Amino acid sequence: MIRFIIKRILVLLPILLLVSVVVFLILRLAKGDPAMAYLRMSNIPPTEQALVDARMELGLDKPIPAQYFDWLSKALRLDFGRSYVTGRPVLEEILHYLPATLVLAGAGLLFTLLASIPLGVVAALKKDRLPDHLLRAFSFVGVSIPSFWLGFLLVYAFAVKLGWLPTMGRGGPLHMIMPVVTLSFMSIAINVRFLRANLLEHIRSRSTLYARARGVSERRIVWVHVMRNSMIPVVTAIGMHLGEMLGGAVLVENIFSWPGVGRFAVQAVFNRDYPVLQCFILMMTVIFVLCNLFVDILYAFIDPRIRLAGEQR
Amino acid sequence: MMRGMLGKGIVRLSLALLLIVGALALSAPWLGLPDPEEVNLAEKLAAPSAQHLLGTDHLGRDVLSRLIFGSRVSIGSVFAILLLIVGFSTFAGSLAGFAGGAVDSALMRICDIFLTFPTLILAMFFVGVLGTGLTNVILAIFLTHWAWYARIVRGIVLSLKSREFVLAARVAGTSRFRLVVRHILPSLAPQVLVLATLDIGHMMLHVAGLSFLGLGVQPPLPEWGVMIGDARQFIWTQPQLLLYPGLAIFVVVMAFNLLGDAMRDALDRSGMLEEAVK
Repeated sequence: MIRFIIKRILVLLPILLLVSVVVFLILRLAKGDPAMAYLRMSNIPPTEQALVDARMELGLDKPIPAQYFDWLSKALRLDFGRSYVTGRPVLEEILHYLPATLVLAGAGLLFTLLASIPLGVVAALKKDRLPDHLLRAFSFVGVSIPSFWLGFLLVYAFAVKLGWLPTMGRGGPLHMIMPVVTLSFMSIAINVRFLRANLLEHIRSRSTLYARARGVSERRIVWVHVMRNSMIPVVTAIGMHLGEMLGGAVLVENIFSWPGVGRFAVQAVFNRDYPVLQCFILMMTVIFVLCNLFVDILYAFIDPRIRLAGEQR
Repeated sequence: MMRGMLGKGIVRLSLALLLIVGALALSAPWLGLPDPEEVNLAEKLAAPSAQHLLGTDHLGRDVLSRLIFGSRVSIGSVFAILLLIVGFSTFAGSLAGFAGGAVDSALMRICDIFLTFPTLILAMFFVGVLGTGLTNVILAIFLTHWAWYARIVRGIVLSLKSREFVLAARVAGTSRFRLVVRHILPSLAPQVLVLATLDIGHMMLHVAGLSFLGLGVQPPLPEWGVMIGDARQFIWTQPQLLLYPGLAIFVVVMAFNLLGDAMRDALDRSGMLEEAVK
């Protein structure tokens, strides 16, 4: 098991390194002079001499590979520079907003599982009957509705018309209901179909037939044998959903004025605050990658076939 | 994953709807609609009338006209993205599948990198660095989606390569170029078409989402995501302004999804669907 984990981490390192190259190269495409931005931030009048000095200080006169290594070594020491707007260290700013986003994404994942498992089971057990058809329609709606529009529909129904829920901001559990539903709606729609397909496949499988032949009760077959096997791919898919959640959180935070890192990053786009943007993308990508690593390990833990295949390679 | 059971009626309805929307979008300049960008503060937030069938927005612009002209941007941009992706990824994926060896593993590693980022966040970063606007959003979504296509195309090419008809052509001494153009591409094209149709909706949501955030299409150009962003402040007083553009996105995305699903089923029934697309 330890060997499997170490192997997975070793595979990740070069990918993360290349991710940083891509981020760096995109940053190099930016219009505008970083030296100019630096002077503006430090309130130094942009004379010719000041610009030359600033370029030297920022290392912009060095060749690009050298600049990349400077940039990377700083990033590895968690030095992402200062925000062009607030002048504060970027990492501090991002860490200030990050917890709210993680709470939202975590709650979204949890709700996705809680809602899609029973719905998926119903769809599979009532295959080709009314509940299955309704859930099928729900899935099509779920993947087709713009989440930001769904958010406003919920606000209109439950806040404007009924007055049951607060429209925005962060507070008690009531504040979480609409953002979480909006965020997880599409993932639930996808997951219900996915679980249904997996369940149906396992219901037809040989091991189920064998269990039936041994006289295991129908209820036990469905809830123990089939469920356990069908849950494995669903757990793996959760890692993918997290990517959607982190992206979707940007929209949801905007709709509900949720004080998370996505809303902060959108402001950074408008302000062309590059240090904030680079820290944001690196941070989100690392979170995404680490969660997928965790899911992989969990997967290997549940299913020894994966672990053994990984060790043999 | 989702197969069968879809009523033919729903698929026909989707197709009809898309044809109507397409016809409206293409003929918008000749329909005699009011100028979608003309500001008229004297008539702001007007109720529906003979002149403005769906009323006006907060700047007195005709809502119906903005919806119809908006379809050109919302749908047109997605077609531009797909053209870029399908062209580039078909090339990269077939190259990887055909060349194999070092070329293949290099291309696949590049795909891995792009698939490591959360999609919307990479798109946001790209737009943040290059600046907001429709062109950059199109580039950003191309950049975040091509790898996924390239990988599937590679999978299809690999499985086609070992088919009898391709092997037979090779044995007969067909040149590599001819092999790709005459034998591989005709079998590849329908699969890519199905993939693209299934993905149109998803991409429309991304374009509209970025525009809603103010990162994509810039006002006054009409676009459905922008219209939702403009209307959000009137949710208490003029909720219908939020309703129309959202409904437009929802219905069109849904129609594309239903159509794509039906196309996949049809291809699957004909036994031509490759495992990689399922």
